[in-house]
Amino acid sequence: MKYIDEYRDKEKVISISNRIRFSSKKHIRLMEVCGGHTMAIQRFGIPSLLPENIELVSGPGCPVCVTSRAYIDQAIAYSRLPDVIITTYGDLIRVPGSTSTLDRERAAGSDIRIVYSILDALMIAKKNRQKKVVFLGIGFETTSPATAAGILKAQMAGLFNFFVYSAHKIMPPPMAALIDQGVNIHGYIGPGHVSTITGSHIYDFIPEKYGMGVVISGFEPLDLLQSIYMLVLQHENETPKVEIQYSRAVKPEGNQKAKDMLEEVFELRDDWWRGLGTLHESGFAIRERFAEFDAEKMLSVEVEPTREDKGCICGTVLKGLAKPSDCKLFGKACTPSDPVGACMVSNEGACAAYYRFKRTEA
Amino acid sequence: MCLSIPAKIESIDGDMAVCSVGGATYTASLQMLDVSELSPGDYVLLHTGFALQKISQEEAEATLELFDEFEAFNEMLDEEEKRTGGHIV
Repeated sequence: MKYIDEYRDKEKVISISNRIRFSSKKHIRLMEVCGGHTMAIQRFGIPSLLPENIELVSGPGCPVCVTSRAYIDQAIAYSRLPDVIITTYGDLIRVPGSTSTLDRERAAGSDIRIVYSILDALMIAKKNRQKKVVFLGIGFETTSPATAAGILKAQMAGLFNFFVYSAHKIMPPPMAALIDQGVNIHGYIGPGHVSTITGSHIYDFIPEKYGMGVVISGFEPLDLLQSIYMLVLQHENETPKVEIQYSRAVKPEGNQKAKDMLEEVFELRDDWWRGLGTLHESGFAIRERFAEFDAEKMLSVEVEPTREDKGCICGTVLKGLAKPSDCKLFGKACTPSDPVGACMVSNEGACAAYYRFKRTEA
Repeated sequence: MCLSIPAKIESIDGDMAVCSVGGATYTASLQMLDVSELSPGDYVLLHTGFALQKISQEEAEATLELFDEFEAFNEMLDEEEKRTGGHIV
């Protein structure tokens, strides 16, 4: 068992594709809310294996895509302070701020370093005690426990030159907001890796309140097709519920140790999402107890006024109301090498995934 | 961003492990898991330097077994199509 090849078996793909065709009668529109799924669905050509009555749309599951320009602007302002080293996951480096990017600031002389893990950022803080090391904390519940662990480690090691600038967000509020805002879908392909941490119960309100199903899915072709099949059966039989297809990695109760760390370090605050606006208690702020590691509290900067780009329809794409190819900038003024909007920067942004895998149809 | 990969634990030292993915090796923190439940040879999901969850072999196999049923169903459809000369799916 390698947990990858087994889930790409061609014969099995054909058999489940046929099973779906046989069972699916009603029109059904399903949304994936994980950037990893967006990428996998396009990469493996999943839509081509489905009958015409099944429609897949991408949602707000790419953290880079939903983060505000104001966040990038503030990170850039930190990078311009003397004696500051910015540490960040690679995803953020090329995201456009109002007038610059971290990449351009680095070229202009700021000390901005890409790290694979917050543990690397801690190491940089340890080696550069005379500098202030700011880690850009971005991502959903998959990634935020690592940030929590990093802050706890910094406290234990007395690394008081280490700061986190948190843009961490949680998944259930946008899933509710999309339905509240009238986006037309019949079920969610639930985020697999977020759910390894949170478990499945955080989605219980979706069938209960909205009568809509959620199937937590893995990332291989067979995983995605099986999840779609499960959602089709729920829709045909009118039995919406939360189910776990990705049971090899997701337990209903999630990962308690990681959840405890999140609870210890973070508290919920209202947060802004591209396309959805400000959502109640949808983001993670660092608790007062850890204020000395909170860049927002410890480092003061003047931030330029935020300017969103005109013409980019990233926000509408993130709500599943438009396809990337509906944007007049797509593939022309906006490409992965010269992106206008965040959805084209990140590999898992809907625009970037369309550009790489589906351009011929666009 | 939430991309996580199945990695095989090669060795464990305290709450750190050396894991392999294909031919490459990585060190991973086991801080989020119960180390006493892990041993070399197990697979974990690796994300930004942390193991998020142990991958369950039993569950992984159970998921694949469901596909046997789909394959059997497919054969049945093929038989049916041959018999009737019609096209079902």
